[in-house]
Amino acid sequence: MATVPKVEVGTDYKEKYGFFVPEEYVFKAKRGLNPDIVKEISWMKQEPEWMTKMRLRSLEIFRKKPMPTWGADLSVIDFENIFYYLKASDKQSKTWEELPPDIKATYDRLGVPEAERKFLAGVSAQYESEVVYHSLQEELTKKGVIFTDTDSALRDHPDLFKEYFGTVIPPADNKFSALNTAVWSGGSFIYVPKGVRVEIPLQAYFRINAENMGQFERTLIICDEGSFVHYIEGCTAPIYTTDSLHSAVVEIIVKKDARCRYTTIQNWSTNVFNLVTKRAMAYADATMEWVDGNLGSQITMKYPSVYLMEPGAKGDVLSVAFAGKGQHQDAGGKMIHVAPNTTSTITSKSISKGGGRTSYRGHIKIYPGANNCKSFVKCDALLLDDESRSDTYPYNDVDAENVTLGHEATVSKVSDEQLFYLMSRGIPRGEAETMIVNGFIEPFTKELPLEYAVELNRLIQLEMEGSVG
Amino acid sequence: MADFEIKDLRASVEGRQILKGVSLSIAKGEVHAVMGPNGSGKSTLSHTLMGHPGYTVDGGEVLFKGQNVLALEPDERARLGMFLAFQYPVVVPGISMANFLRTALNSKRGYDGKDKSKQVTPKEFRSMLKGELEVLHMDDSFLPRYINDGFSGGEKKRAEILQMAMLKPEIAILDETDSGLDIDSIKFVAEAVNRMRGPELGILIITHYTRVLEFIKPDFVHVLVDGQFVLSGGAEVADRLEKTGYSEWGKEETAQPQEVA
Repeated sequence: MATVPKVEVGTDYKEKYGFFVPEEYVFKAKRGLNPDIVKEISWMKQEPEWMTKMRLRSLEIFRKKPMPTWGADLSVIDFENIFYYLKASDKQSKTWEELPPDIKATYDRLGVPEAERKFLAGVSAQYESEVVYHSLQEELTKKGVIFTDTDSALRDHPDLFKEYFGTVIPPADNKFSALNTAVWSGGSFIYVPKGVRVEIPLQAYFRINAENMGQFERTLIICDEGSFVHYIEGCTAPIYTTDSLHSAVVEIIVKKDARCRYTTIQNWSTNVFNLVTKRAMAYADATMEWVDGNLGSQITMKYPSVYLMEPGAKGDVLSVAFAGKGQHQDAGGKMIHVAPNTTSTITSKSISKGGGRTSYRGHIKIYPGANNCKSFVKCDALLLDDESRSDTYPYNDVDAENVTLGHEATVSKVSDEQLFYLMSRGIPRGEAETMIVNGFIEPFTKELPLEYAVELNRLIQLEMEGSVG
Repeated sequence: MADFEIKDLRASVEGRQILKGVSLSIAKGEVHAVMGPNGSGKSTLSHTLMGHPGYTVDGGEVLFKGQNVLALEPDERARLGMFLAFQYPVVVPGISMANFLRTALNSKRGYDGKDKSKQVTPKEFRSMLKGELEVLHMDDSFLPRYINDGFSGGEKKRAEILQMAMLKPEIAILDETDSGLDIDSIKFVAEAVNRMRGPELGILIITHYTRVLEFIKPDFVHVLVDGQFVLSGGAEVADRLEKTGYSEWGKEETAQPQEVA
């Protein structure tokens, strides 16, 4: 008769069998950041050695790089008081019904199932640090489209992953891209093969849930030649009592003749630091469009950028920021014209109320030899009261000839005349103000799928409630 | 018995007194015209009646349905049954006329997002719109357009009257609705207004020129000069003004119709 050796779970399990008790690491993640934690994250995910090394190298870079001193005040972030890896659930749900009830409740309020019924191609919703829900329509797979969470992509598509990961935004790009590369978890991975058009938007919903929890998702999108994809992410989060850090990295490669649109609506709770690096490389005659809406968060620093690498490339940023009491939205866009005959536009709309602050920060760079480029920047700021603030920081470096560069900026208040006009029709002041604000961002809203447009208008309405004296 | 009563209304703009004691009683079913030369206080009267924040009430009261409406917000006045057709309708970008009309209609009905029974249904909304659009020689194409954005002068004024028709006020103030309009537009507008005339609606037409009164016959005409009424009477007052203008009050301005391109 064979004897089964008795093992004390949690004490000598690791020594004897070489792996951890899941609970110990899944549910009792430690705060703070050091090489051991980074190694553990990588080990838990069973990553290849190159990734572990890249994470550790990135941690080094993160430690060496000083905090940015421009933009918003980040000095209050305590990196030692943050969880860098949490796992909400052990397995990924395959259907909506299998999702845990509290997650469902939040998503229900956002109308996710409705949206899915109507036009979802697939959903991967990130709950805490791990993707728990994932569905993908068969036709996408048939076309060779890969739409998965980034962890799975590293495991299932290692060559493709390694070829592109960290090529658009290397770890050393900035302090927070280094941090993300060291501790990243989750995010979406999309590959669209040559000539394939994904006609329905691919969507993911993200949410932070645990107190003091970092969220470091990493998204990588590759649009091969002549392809098209529209990726949408939308966020919401409940209110917390202590600060929370969200620092994502999004890398996109848009090859010749391809087009990618990346739509974001973020509504982090107002204690979240949202520090995101988003960048795309657009090649010959390719188009990259960032549609970026920032409500919520305490501080957002986000400047989606496009590197226009070859002639005919086109870049667009369309962004909206809403800053309420105690919030600072420091957002904008960057267009780097590397090749001649490239075009770009940045349209930024911002709203400040109750002492909130919005900043437009933009950079247009046109390299020597990148002649015949066109770039146009338009920023409109709406101030809802006298305490609120809006600033514009446009930086232009032009080293080429025959360049057309335009910049328009307006700052306005909700006009008494508009308000009086709407109110004279019986519309109460608060509702009239909301209408005017929604009208102001309509150029943005109309670019969104219907459900998102409705949701954004509703979020604006919530933000506006009680804002009127 | 007056349904709408302006009593000794005094109002100023930026510290300058414009209305120096205006009194006027309107019963539902009546059409009153207030005529006056430039600077007589016509716009101040319309804006003050509707509660524009740039106009200060220095005295008097305006009684409607047992309330002094001067104490109410503009939206409350509107929901009580007042309407102002603007001389210069305001452009509001990003909001479609359809959305605006529907929101206004819901507000008027007291729909606050909760009691769905008060909400105007899409079907009801369409059928209300259809008839009114025809009378005003307008079509559906203006519904998705932003409020007054890129509207011609005629379109703006017709859109004002359309709103009036949809909201069904009991007291309507038409502020220089004829100004800037060609003769066809005046006719369409007048036709729509005449259709609404009846025992449930009192109308106050504010105008510099007599021409609009050829199409909307007033029951009473009041002449406003330097912030006070200097003459009140029946429709014949308009005829007199047409001949002599405002010269008898020392104003060298004609009350003849202007030619509009």
